[in-house]
Amino acid sequence: MALLEPSKYSQGSVLGSVNPDLASERQTASFSVEELTVWLDGSEEHTQKRRAVVEAIESDPVFSRENQYFQSQNERYEAAVRKAVHLQKKMHEMGWTESGPEFKYIYRAVSGDIAFLLHRVFIRSISVLGSDKQIAKWIPLATQHKLIGSYAQTELGHGTYLQGLETTAVFDITTQEFILNTPKISAMKWWPGDMGRSATHTVVFAQLYINGKCYGVHPFIVQIRSLRDHSLCPGITAGDIGPKMNFENVDNGYLMLQNVRIPRENMLNKFCEVQPDGTYVRQGSQKINYFTMTTVRISLISDEVIIPLMKACTIAIRYSVVRRQSKLKPGEQEAKILDYQTQQEKLLPQLAAAYAFHFINDYLQELFNRGYSEIQKKNFNTLPELHAFSSGFKAMVTQYSTSAVQICLQACGGHGYSSLSGLPSLYTRIIASCIYEGENTILLLQTARFLIKCFRAASAGQPVPPSVTYLAAVKPGKCPAKNKLEFLSPDIYTEAYQHMAARLVRSTAAKLQDLIQSGVKKHDAWNQCTVQLAQAAKAHCHYITVKNFAETVEKLKTEAGIQKIMKHLCDLFALHGIFSNAGVFLHDGYVSGAQMDMITASYLDLLAVIRKDAVPLVDAFDFTDKSLNSALGSYDGQVYQRLYEWAQKSPTNKQISPAYERYLKPLLHNTQSKL
Amino acid sequence: ERQAVEGRGFINDPDFQHEDLNFLSRSQRYEQAIRKSALMVMKLREHGIADPDEIYWFKRTCLGNFPEPFGLHFSMFQKTLEIQTTDAQKEKWLPLTRGVKIIGTYVQTEMGHGTHLRGLETTATYDPATQEFILNSPTVTSIKWWPGGLGKTSNHAIVLAQLYTQGQCKGLHAFIVPIRQLGTHEPLPGITVGDIGPKFGYDEMDNGYLKMDNFRIPRENMLMKYAQVEPDGTYVKPLSDKLTYGTMVFIRSLIVGDSARSLSRACTIAIRYSAVRHQSELKPGEPEPQILDYQTQQYKLFPLLATAYAFHFVGAYIKNTYHRISGDINEGDLSELPELHALTAGLKAFTSWTANAGIEECRMACGGHGYSRCSGIPDIYVTFTPSCTYEGENTVMMLQTARFLVKSYTQVSSGQQVTGMVSYLNDLSRQRIQPQHVAARAVTVRLNDPISLVEAYKARAARLVEAAAKNLQAELNHRKSKEDAWNRTSVDLVRASEAHCHYVVVKLFTAKLSEISNAAVRAVLTELCLLYALYGISKNTGDFLQAGILTDAQIIQVNQHVKELLATIRPNAVALVDSFDFHDVHLGSVLGRYDGNVYENMFEWAKKSPLNKTEVHESFHKHLKPMQAKL
Repeated sequence: MALLEPSKYSQGSVLGSVNPDLASERQTASFSVEELTVWLDGSEEHTQKRRAVVEAIESDPVFSRENQYFQSQNERYEAAVRKAVHLQKKMHEMGWTESGPEFKYIYRAVSGDIAFLLHRVFIRSISVLGSDKQIAKWIPLATQHKLIGSYAQTELGHGTYLQGLETTAVFDITTQEFILNTPKISAMKWWPGDMGRSATHTVVFAQLYINGKCYGVHPFIVQIRSLRDHSLCPGITAGDIGPKMNFENVDNGYLMLQNVRIPRENMLNKFCEVQPDGTYVRQGSQKINYFTMTTVRISLISDEVIIPLMKACTIAIRYSVVRRQSKLKPGEQEAKILDYQTQQEKLLPQLAAAYAFHFINDYLQELFNRGYSEIQKKNFNTLPELHAFSSGFKAMVTQYSTSAVQICLQACGGHGYSSLSGLPSLYTRIIASCIYEGENTILLLQTARFLIKCFRAASAGQPVPPSVTYLAAVKPGKCPAKNKLEFLSPDIYTEAYQHMAARLVRSTAAKLQDLIQSGVKKHDAWNQCTVQLAQAAKAHCHYITVKNFAETVEKLKTEAGIQKIMKHLCDLFALHGIFSNAGVFLHDGYVSGAQMDMITASYLDLLAVIRKDAVPLVDAFDFTDKSLNSALGSYDGQVYQRLYEWAQKSPTNKQISPAYERYLKPLLHNTQSKL
Repeated sequence: ERQAVEGRGFINDPDFQHEDLNFLSRSQRYEQAIRKSALMVMKLREHGIADPDEIYWFKRTCLGNFPEPFGLHFSMFQKTLEIQTTDAQKEKWLPLTRGVKIIGTYVQTEMGHGTHLRGLETTATYDPATQEFILNSPTVTSIKWWPGGLGKTSNHAIVLAQLYTQGQCKGLHAFIVPIRQLGTHEPLPGITVGDIGPKFGYDEMDNGYLKMDNFRIPRENMLMKYAQVEPDGTYVKPLSDKLTYGTMVFIRSLIVGDSARSLSRACTIAIRYSAVRHQSELKPGEPEPQILDYQTQQYKLFPLLATAYAFHFVGAYIKNTYHRISGDINEGDLSELPELHALTAGLKAFTSWTANAGIEECRMACGGHGYSRCSGIPDIYVTFTPSCTYEGENTVMMLQTARFLVKSYTQVSSGQQVTGMVSYLNDLSRQRIQPQHVAARAVTVRLNDPISLVEAYKARAARLVEAAAKNLQAELNHRKSKEDAWNRTSVDLVRASEAHCHYVVVKLFTAKLSEISNAAVRAVLTELCLLYALYGISKNTGDFLQAGILTDAQIIQVNQHVKELLATIRPNAVALVDSFDFHDVHLGSVLGRYDGNVYENMFEWAKKSPLNKTEVHESFHKHLKPMQAKL
């Protein structure tokens, strides 16, 4: 009973000492956790820098997220604004700059719980789409926060399909102004972040009209709120779009424009310009617009997807060695739930995926950097490949990770549903990534278009990027593996993936061709093949991810223990993919039924092997308790005490609810005395 | 009954109207829920409604689909008292409960223990000197955690605890425990009770914790219909433990029905919205088409629509079967209970997993607007998703079904016949399945005939049950302990259970078709049934190929058939969701409105957001202005 003395709880006597069930997991690690962390960060210097940033942020009470789960939308928004403002001060104090090495760790350190995220997109879009003169005027104002910007593209009725936007900007030669209008309700700007309450300016995308002729969608800088008292400017209707599943820190907004006039100079005119006499001039390449989208899609993969996935794995795996349930052997203590094969089969493939995606992110960054240096030399040849890859991987990684986080949540039994586990908020946040910056199905179809084109070109003997030459090179055949151990050879499984991806692209291309030859119109044929096309695009990305993981392990020069466990994770990621998509590998007989049984056996064996290092593998992600913000996932594993103490801080326990006096008492009244 | 209740005008009763719950804090949502629950009880009294089915529709009408803090009072608390009490106990407690003169809940789960009941740690020690039980929460992990209505609402609880008498532990038993003072509602001395804090959904529910320190209750507060403790502490054993199956079957059958209903609601919203939303170009130069005309959109939504119908029939089947055999149970005939128990465990898991994923699919099919709370789908999701965990965690449920399947397989192997849904296992002894050489069977599957597809699913289930049973035997032959062998085969066992449940769903859907008399309705439901079965094959081609049930060429045909069915169903899609007949008030969705006026109403909804209460938000004065001034 002594354990339950309230005084002991409040002193937190149990907290701080590591739960023996978790401690024992760390004693048997087959590799050095610290070395793995350093390797994931890239270098010791990076690890130190990251830890310093995290320490500086977390030791500052303004950035605390302890009460986040108890806050209303209004409170979350206010806290986010306070943090964003405070961050400017903090950066100044610490000597961090936007171009410095610390900057990329700040977002991770605040867990994205901050306002003015779109302000940065505002700045980026002016930098990319604005003339030198416009950059000189607006960028200093924005970086010094003399104005707060947003980026208003999506409308109530239109999202991913930009040509369908309905907002208009009509050029008025007499006053040298553009007149902006929201002609109908579906044209209202809807969703832009920071726009509901914070922004003073925004980049508005609108259909440009000169002398009655439409020139398509263009960007315009529009002031929406007064710089003096923040009231709305004339002709502007703007506000918050209401509660969402998450992102309560962001005031996603709506915007209606009624005859709002802006000077001619407010059209971002690096590539297109309207001259004073109304002449429309297009300069440079419009392809560069792709590049902005590519940048955003690649950057979100790490911050908004992989890090949350790693956090979810950390929480679920640590909790699964603390939680005990039923007996595996009669007479013994109840078993840790991670010792159950079904629990391993839920969580360990997600852990392997987190590592796989960390490496594919490196791969994409490299592809991007190479492409960027080409583009700076005015060579746009790599753009289609970059665009196709960023689209496809954004779709695959977000979709995979979203379901992975959901699996982690549901693997924690009832406690996973408590906000205090941290998992519900990770989940409701990551799911948005499947939609924003391009809806996943549409992105996969863009990748598919590229693959089909490359397949046709390669088949005709024309050159294609090295990453897709395999499409035309793969021939029908059989998987050569003879026993379950041979399926642990990266050559064997990488080739199986390659074969499968090439087959899906090839057969879809053939189907398209058949339809067109039988007289179906091109666009109808395309629509009739879209289910297969999306599947083919996903298969391609899955293949590249496996191949890249295997190559990363191959090249790995670090301690033997790390090498070994990374090889296991790579095998697991690959075999899990085959196990869960058996049909596409069996189809055409590349993998036989007997081989599929070997794959399953190898896959299940791997679970038991990786199980032993599961906790060290998540420890290596190096999240602090504050950053996990989870009662289930903290480093010391004192799950139940934390849950109990934290729950008592809930407002429902502190505020007196009027419910009893107002409603329950009258209901029960007159009868109580009789009991 | 539903129309009778709605017809009495309760749906428009001003007392049951409220501000949009999406804009309220948790405490406010709790208060609203209590207000409506209390009001509902008074109206039930006033109108003298007592028929259980009528009460059910009355509740649905008054409270919509939101959880209510009184929920466990009516279901678990009252139900347990009805089933597990002696006549004397009934006389004392039932009038108080039925009249809501006390409010109770059912308290089982502990912080450290859920599905594995034997592991519960709360103790009830009998003291013959005072003829009382002394209740204690001996460890942190033994604190009761999660029960609905426990935190703030209830003043009584049925508590499950390990019974100790005469120095011996007699296992889990149920006790009626008063927890709050009548009149003041303050927790009683020795009781620590409160709310467990915010969750993923269920904002209006005060899921609670309960800690007991030497809390004494009279001997008569133990539920004593089956097991008893006599005044001197002598323990009298119950006759059968199978009886508790009955309640579990009942509750799990409700979850199957809830899977169907929740998925139907999400489908209604997504399909109506997909008919309103226009996007991009399908044909050059033509206006933007409805997104429901895109194959990818149909492929996301129509299989889910078919699933919603399938689960509806499954839910009705279990409920009917339960009612049919509960008569037998009362007469002591428990022979059908084990199979029904095994089947409902698996179907609870199968349908709740599928519906859970399906609701998210529907939300994502609504693009960005699905993510806004105004779409209503986030609420459907968070309210539904815990059913994958409560009333038996799904993986554990699947393994219970697997245990029954393996047992049946063993019986067949030893030459006995099995009956019921597993009778297909009897065929195994006659025609041994040879995974690689069954091409002869493959050609017999007719892809446009549901009855033939049932056979294909049957063959798949038989193959996976056999494979799991053989793998289990192989593990046992390695001299592993029984438990170890079971654990090392559990992934296979879960797959076998899933295949079995999938077969049952296809079978029940197909069987339903012949009962439909209206030809047009039968035609459209046959299309849905085919889509359900074929889509299921296309998502699990590996199983069908590996077992040699279907050939590569047939798989290509399956995929082709699925796409043709999408186009066939397309013209009826909206009518098929309209048939679910959800009132706008219950759908709670701006995107899924019956009139389809989506955009105007989204704008109206957003204007009411708390952030929009003032033109200039307070954070401008607090943070933004000082920041700009300093620079």
